Amino acid sequence: MAGRVEGKVAFITGAARGQGRSHALRLAEEGADIIAVDLCDDIPNVAYSSATEEDLAETVRQVEALDRRIIARKADVRDRDAMKAVIDEGVAELGKLDIVVANAGICVIAGWDETSVEVWDQTISTNLTGVWNTVQLTAPHLIAAGGGSMILTSSAAGLKGLPFLTAYVAAKHGVVGLMRAFATELAEHSIRVNTLHPTGVNTPMADPRTMEKFGPLLEAHPKLGPMMTNLLPVESTEPRDQSNAVLFLASDEARYVTSMEFTVDAGNTQY
Amino acid sequence: MGRLDGKVAFITGVARGQGRSHAIRLAQEGADIIGVDICEPVPTNNIPPATEADMAETVRLVEALDRRIIATKADVRDYDAVKAAVDEGVAELGRLDIVAANAGIAGTPNPAENLSEEDWTTMIDINLSGVWRSIKAAIPHLKAAGRGSIIITSSTAGLNAYQNLAHYVSAKHGVVGLMRTLALELAPDMIRVNSVHPTSVDTDMIQNETIYGLFAPDLEPEERTREAVGERFATLNALPVPWVEAVDISNAVLFLASDEARYITGVALPVDAGQTTK
Repeated sequence: MAGRVEGKVAFITGAARGQGRSHALRLAEEGADIIAVDLCDDIPNVAYSSATEEDLAETVRQVEALDRRIIARKADVRDRDAMKAVIDEGVAELGKLDIVVANAGICVIAGWDETSVEVWDQTISTNLTGVWNTVQLTAPHLIAAGGGSMILTSSAAGLKGLPFLTAYVAAKHGVVGLMRAFATELAEHSIRVNTLHPTGVNTPMADPRTMEKFGPLLEAHPKLGPMMTNLLPVESTEPRDQSNAVLFLASDEARYVTSMEFTVDAGNTQY
Repeated sequence: MGRLDGKVAFITGVARGQGRSHAIRLAQEGADIIGVDICEPVPTNNIPPATEADMAETVRLVEALDRRIIATKADVRDYDAVKAAVDEGVAELGRLDIVAANAGIAGTPNPAENLSEEDWTTMIDINLSGVWRSIKAAIPHLKAAGRGSIIITSSTAGLNAYQNLAHYVSAKHGVVGLMRTLALELAPDMIRVNSVHPTSVDTDMIQNETIYGLFAPDLEPEERTREAVGERFATLNALPVPWVEAVDISNAVLFLASDEARYITGVALPVDAGQTTK
């Protein structure tokens, strides 16, 4: 049986591990070839370990084990020249581009008064400007393909003001604005643009060292704790749950779904 | 392997249009079907009614996919009839996992001040209260199954306002409130509740003289061709299409019904070619 994205090519940022790797595998399982980038370098200020070149190599290995092609390069979503070079190289190699998954992101937990200028700048430049770079630089290839689907990873924090994440919340809300604006302008090219809004996902970003940072902040501000609650009786979701939504939005099954905030959040934003 | 192997879905308004399309699409992915349809004319509704022959055709199409279907003539305005149909279907097919509350009418378009009492109450009774009755009848079976997925068919008119459709817009907005409340109430039982919001769908509900007149009042009736009216429909959407196909809605229903969406609840999912963005 033909895969649900058979013959398509997907560009995925932050593909070395976590949700990005999961998206690469799920789309490859359903027949897509992959163009992948990841920073693969130490990220200052985050509590969790950064992805490595070995992680990206493992993504390559797992995609190739599915008998799909993958072009994977080390690149920073903040570096437009590097991004453009990878995108152009990947499209030259794999023939076209149909799907874009702007997944790369960072997360630093800190109270509003402890958020440094550096943390603000790195979060906005990666989680918001990096998404803009991804969308703007890939759009010409989707137009050339006659249409396509872009999925921008926002967050439950892109729809509600989760505590102790001011820069992250601002960037992830900004991604919703980007999505809407691009959905409007790219619709005439039959390009769809939607956001994905995960609740907690079981990835290296959700390392215990990350989650520990919430402890003392929530103890000091107990009223805010319930904002983290999921409606469904689960603590967090698996990367594959997010990838299944990406697959749906990427596939022709969703050919008339655009400009939508797609929550895969166990009801977190409805609580 | 199908994406819904071993599951049973209850679908209202199953005789034709989107309801039939949902039954076929879910059956293609392995689900057995419990279906109801009024199969009778509805006062105030301006299109030829679904018939028992239509429902028999749905049964034939599902059975041709080697799936089972229990189809019953029942009106969503009659709770006892809907409950009997669901209970009988579950007794026969063994369980219930999915509800697609799809049955609805378009009614007679008119400015609100000209709507009759019958226009209003019929619309609310079918498109809002009928959804509640269908789900109420199904909830005990979903709880017994230990999890489930409810998909309510709203509309772009459940998110936006449209002139001449106050009754339809009110009912379709109302089901969003119902969806959100049910999502809260049923989450502890791992039952998910979401709504789908189609733009115009290429079914009898829009391809008829009444709707054509609404979209092209300036054209003579004989000039109101599918193509000419299609251009008017296209102006509503962001993507360059006049309308979508029933299967496009079914694909969204399928995704929400499947375990791929196991952590998606409380969502209003537009399948609207960007209409609500404009």
